Amino acid sequence: MPSLNYAAPTTVNEAVALLAGASGLAKVLSGGTDLLVQLRSGRVKPELIVDTKHLPGIMGIREDNGGFIIGAATPGAVIEAHEGLSHAYPGVVEAMDLIGSTQIQGRASLAGNLCNASPAADSVPAMIAAGVTAIVVGPNGKREVPVEQVPTGPGRTSLGKGEFIVEFRLPKLPGRASDAYLRFIPRTEMDIAVVGCGVSVTLDAAGVCTAARVCLGAVAPTPLLVAGAAAALVGSRLDAAALAKLDAAAQDACRPITDKRGTIEYRTRVAGVLARRTAAIAFERAAKRV
Amino acid sequence: MSKHHVSTTINNEPVEFLCETQETLLDVLRNTLNLTGSKEGCASGDCGACSVICDGALMCSCLMLGVEAEGHVITTVEGIAREDELHPVQRQFLEHAALQCGFCTPGLIVATKALLDANPNPTEEEARYWLAGNLCRCTGYDKVLAAVMDAAAEMRGERQAA
Repeated sequence: MPSLNYAAPTTVNEAVALLAGASGLAKVLSGGTDLLVQLRSGRVKPELIVDTKHLPGIMGIREDNGGFIIGAATPGAVIEAHEGLSHAYPGVVEAMDLIGSTQIQGRASLAGNLCNASPAADSVPAMIAAGVTAIVVGPNGKREVPVEQVPTGPGRTSLGKGEFIVEFRLPKLPGRASDAYLRFIPRTEMDIAVVGCGVSVTLDAAGVCTAARVCLGAVAPTPLLVAGAAAALVGSRLDAAALAKLDAAAQDACRPITDKRGTIEYRTRVAGVLARRTAAIAFERAAKRV
Repeated sequence: MSKHHVSTTINNEPVEFLCETQETLLDVLRNTLNLTGSKEGCASGDCGACSVICDGALMCSCLMLGVEAEGHVITTVEGIAREDELHPVQRQFLEHAALQCGFCTPGLIVATKALLDANPNPTEEEARYWLAGNLCRCTGYDKVLAAVMDAAAEMRGERQAA
């Protein structure tokens, strides 16, 4: 077996130089809950692993101008324990919390979930619905990328050679805004989404929706930000007509596959139902805010 | 690449070892350090038989590289008992016969210890969710849950030691 190198740089520049300078495949290691499985199965054969967890700011959560910055490699257990973040962005936090077991939560990160680029990743539709951006560093410096622009297909991302995510920015919320994420699985725990749905909404003083984002997971090669579903919510108090339009728009956007978790028809129907339920939770949460 | 030299703390003892990059912490524990209490069930983070506590967080040692242990504080099942005295979780597992073949037991003991450190008074539902990543193929979970709830009660001083 050719030897596998490992580096644990302590500066971003050093990490970028290592990743960009590798002659073969170089993989970024955060929590490793996907990477180590792929290494063992032989699905990926890197020559270099760059452990990012020693980089400043990449582990932990800080408040920033009324919003939050989550270090890219911060484990799920730390994210769920953060009271301020859980209050402001319950959808993002509950999506992360759904991933795997307690053991997985001790290591798994938002950046790993995003860059593993599974169409069924739970945290990704929630981040997209919440308008989260990723701060990407690489040989050409730093750029801010909306999360929806990162995955390009199963296992593929838009990040170039030498690039990786250092942190996520969650903007300051307007007063009456909140989010929610629901995942449908045929059991209660430890499974992969048949469909996932993230919704964020902003309401006015009368409870009418003034802005919305709806993102579906596991129904296409990448998570889908569904503009038609958001449009169904804007201007409504989530009445029956709005729910019906939302359901139809969500179903219309689906381009799923049939696999052991569900058929195309089943996933499509579930997407509509899940969108309605998720929107109801997001509206209820937003309405409780002042 | 030459082997990595790693300095870490395992079960309150300073430990140094050499490992290849691709060796997991579980490989190192079992094959290099002869700490064979942690088991390899699935080697993919699904079964929990290799559970360890690292810096207070429960994790699968099969999903962590040995080289990542540098500078961290790790507890394995071998570090749960104090001297000759079993931990209440271990005694309650014995009392309830909460095991059959025993392969999943070290992981369940470590995961339960982590649960009760984080939440001394869990509901049974909370305990079931916490332990969802620890799979048992023979006994099932009823006796395990009885042991967990009684260990919690004992540690809160609400129940006599087993």
